[in-house]
Amino acid sequence: MSEATFELDGVPTPFKSGQTILEASRDAGVYVPHLCCDPELGAHGSCKLCTVIVNGRTASACTMKALAGQEVEIDTPELEALRRSLVQMLFVEGNHFCPGCEKSGDCKLQALGYLLEMTNPHWVHFFPDLGVDASHPDVWLDRNRCIQCELCVRASRDVDGKNVFALAGRGIASKIVVNSPSGLLGDSDIAATDRAAHVCPVGAILVKRVGFAHPIGERIYDRAPIGAEVLACDVPESSK
Amino acid sequence: MSDLASIEAAIVRYNANPHYLLQILRDAQGELGWISPETTRRVAARLDIPRTRIDSLVRFYAFLHDTPAGAYRLRLSDNVTDRMQGSEAQLQRFLAAFGVACGETSADGLVSVDLTSCTGLCDQGPGLLVNERAIPRLDAGRVDEIVGLVKRRAPLADWPQTLFEIADNVRRADALLAEPMKPGRALDAAIALGRQGVIDEMKRSALRGRGGAGFPTGLKWEGCRNAPGAERFIVCNADEGEPGTFKDRVLLTRQAERVLEGMAAAGFAVGARRGLLYIRGEYDYLRATLEARLAAMRASGRLGVAIRGAAGFDFDIEIHMGAGAYVCGEESALIESLEGKPGRPRIRPPFPVTRGYLDKPTVVDNVETLAQATEVVIHGGAAFAGRGTRASTGTKVLSVSGDCERPGIYEYPFGVRLSHVLEDCGARDAAFVQVSGPSGACLTPDEFHRAIAFEDVATAGAFMVFDSRRDYFEIARNFARFFAHESCGFCTPCRVGTSLQSDLMDKIAEGRGSHYEVNELMRLSELMRRTSHCGLGQTAGNPFNDAWRKFRPAFEKRLQARDFAPAIDLEAALGPARAATHREDALAHLEAET
Amino acid sequence: MSAPVKVRIATTSLAGCFGCHMSLLDIDERLFELAGKAEFDRSPLTDIKHAGPCDIALIEGGVCNSENVHVLRELRANAKILVAVGACAINGGLPAMRNHLDIGDILKQVYHDPASGEARIPDDPELPLPLDKVYPINEIVRVDYALPGCPPSADAIWKYLTDLILGRMPRLDDQLFHYD
Repeated sequence: MSEATFELDGVPTPFKSGQTILEASRDAGVYVPHLCCDPELGAHGSCKLCTVIVNGRTASACTMKALAGQEVEIDTPELEALRRSLVQMLFVEGNHFCPGCEKSGDCKLQALGYLLEMTNPHWVHFFPDLGVDASHPDVWLDRNRCIQCELCVRASRDVDGKNVFALAGRGIASKIVVNSPSGLLGDSDIAATDRAAHVCPVGAILVKRVGFAHPIGERIYDRAPIGAEVLACDVPESSK
Repeated sequence: MSDLASIEAAIVRYNANPHYLLQILRDAQGELGWISPETTRRVAARLDIPRTRIDSLVRFYAFLHDTPAGAYRLRLSDNVTDRMQGSEAQLQRFLAAFGVACGETSADGLVSVDLTSCTGLCDQGPGLLVNERAIPRLDAGRVDEIVGLVKRRAPLADWPQTLFEIADNVRRADALLAEPMKPGRALDAAIALGRQGVIDEMKRSALRGRGGAGFPTGLKWEGCRNAPGAERFIVCNADEGEPGTFKDRVLLTRQAERVLEGMAAAGFAVGARRGLLYIRGEYDYLRATLEARLAAMRASGRLGVAIRGAAGFDFDIEIHMGAGAYVCGEESALIESLEGKPGRPRIRPPFPVTRGYLDKPTVVDNVETLAQATEVVIHGGAAFAGRGTRASTGTKVLSVSGDCERPGIYEYPFGVRLSHVLEDCGARDAAFVQVSGPSGACLTPDEFHRAIAFEDVATAGAFMVFDSRRDYFEIARNFARFFAHESCGFCTPCRVGTSLQSDLMDKIAEGRGSHYEVNELMRLSELMRRTSHCGLGQTAGNPFNDAWRKFRPAFEKRLQARDFAPAIDLEAALGPARAATHREDALAHLEAET
Repeated sequence: MSAPVKVRIATTSLAGCFGCHMSLLDIDERLFELAGKAEFDRSPLTDIKHAGPCDIALIEGGVCNSENVHVLRELRANAKILVAVGACAINGGLPAMRNHLDIGDILKQVYHDPASGEARIPDDPELPLPLDKVYPINEIVRVDYALPGCPPSADAIWKYLTDLILGRMPRLDDQLFHYD
């Protein structure tokens, strides 16, 4: 008896009932770019990097369930251009100055820029001034680098049981707020061992005194491009 | 009452239920003027929620403040129709009289003046909200009168009631608006049909949602009824935030009976016992009358247990207020708001009929849809389907405004031509019409033969008429600013894209644009359309697209004759350094390149 | 027999640290090969003060003052192809870290004269005035290509330049493509 399949870029691909297109593709060794989705914390649906075409219409692969007979396009020049434009939007929205950032080389946003061959951020820069919060002895927060993925919000709430972070504000004014009377991270109950302190895909939340721990050439995305871990190859992860 | 007592009263009123957080904060602010750090601390402690949940709400909804606002909070409606009716001059008049800048509070804490998105008074504008009470027809005389009342600190309850009179302006009535429905008639008809019978008639009627999406209502009710689960809900979407739309305001004023009994009939059909009526914050002035009507319905057995004597037909309705967020008109964002959260649209599927309010099967229907449902149960689905067109059955209520002699409410069977509407409303010189608001479409005279119907020119109801004086570029720019202001901020393409779009339109308006900007706007509108999380982002590029396709000369007269212009005003960029060094020599300036 | 026409290349560093130019010079002995294929127009490597018509302009650094604007405009007007080289040209880079500050305030603080208690800011007309922010060059003129890096390595610059000179679509492989 044949298992249910959907067409992934023309290739019949099996899936388990209940899997999303992103999950099923990953199992089949196909990487769908994403930023706000995490195997443990779940899908979020906000970054829109995982936009694919399902039966002729765009959809987010992280939340769209795989169904038998679907025709899914993932790797097309048009989708790559859309994804590149979205990454460019994230770059101009914040202050993403790679040369001075401790996350460089381990950063998912940067790695996606490389994967999608983003040579420049194209759009007009916002140059936000949302503030750096260095009040905590061990954890550092730079809101100007936040990509609104809410991984920290979810990790703090669902894994650490703490609720340290939330998003507040509407539209382009949306930004991370901290659950403490003063609003400062130093007055919250975050700890450097929290999942929330390590889950940020970019350099917005960093553990202090761990800058540039690995030389250029040995950082996560120096060794292999983002998504390589989904393909058949074995990629050694740089320890944190 | 002390501050703490006010906060406590608000909390107790809603049983300290975090789902009612938005209502609690609205009530607390109503007493105390703002959401202070003390209020935040107290509510968080009493509801046992992180304080950041309150921060999220307060900073999301335009009508909640975490800084003290004036004792009198003036919000001027800034739809294009308001501007056409002279709102800009009235704004300046207020600012001069109070000595404040737009968006600021006076130093003595007396008054704050700001702009707000369309308040739904387009047929009698410019519109103004003063502490959630609405004042239409703002002119110099009214401005001066209001200034006087504010400066004398006259309590709002003592202001001349004529200021607050809002006309219904029903110009053409049909099935819904011609006569008030006899109270109880829809309920009795539903009971007589039986629960399955109601659903059958709704499907037979082919009634489609009147909020814009046009989903077949019978299928929606059936889907909810069939969804697994013990508890179900009926939600009435009275968020009516699309600029140019005010037909639900009139329905809630004139035909509240139909709307409320329509909700009950829906509850009967799907097996829901609770209805929630979500009203936009800008219509706060409708609330008291509606609460009184609900009380009257309960008293006469038309709500509550065993309605009209039918055992098992238990249904009641509670009112929830919004607080200034257009995106809450999107059904899943509305449900988030009902649950005391910011109005960010959910991931769909699943849809509300399977997982909605509190993750339970929920029907979310527009005000007009529920009112139309009473026609279906009373006269039967076949009779209903006999009017309108085959794909768009029944009548449609339009809210007509702009350059016409008789703005107001017009109800027509679907299939009415735009030209017919224009003639009826006295549009002498219609150059273009914006149908269904900024998220809809702009139609030009060559298209006036087209019909209002889902299969042709679809609309939730807004119908704004513009004559040859009007410049569609400026209208598109106003709409672009609206979308940027109302974007919830959840997804990348809309959060960033609507801001980029609005900035680009401003740049062109200032004469600093070139064809490069036009290309950028095209790219943005396509990107937002294809990748945005909800309809707001997906339609945010519509006004630009219509402007470029149908009004290119309006762009061209503003574009520089070159293929690229700097992103910023270089002359202005030298301003701070010029001022600091007190230089005015030639090299202290940067001219635009020729 | 006529000599092959050499490509004309102009270069400049605007609000840059000259690291990208140093990286260009790091091509070491490949400079000889480059000299065989290219002539340099206005550039820190030549004594030419104003650009004439050229094929390629390599721009290092973002735009921080009025002089940067004039130089950039001159190169854009004269070059067929304009390339933003390095982080600063592409996104403002390190100098752009001043963008959240008010330039008027900075000038007053820096040139505060304790003796008089006032700011004595140099105001000679020959001094270019700083802009309110440091801008990427593509926000001032139309840019054709961008070569990221801080700096891009000599190998990256060599690959990019040879692609352009030979009329190929300039592309960098994984090893050479980085923003830091």
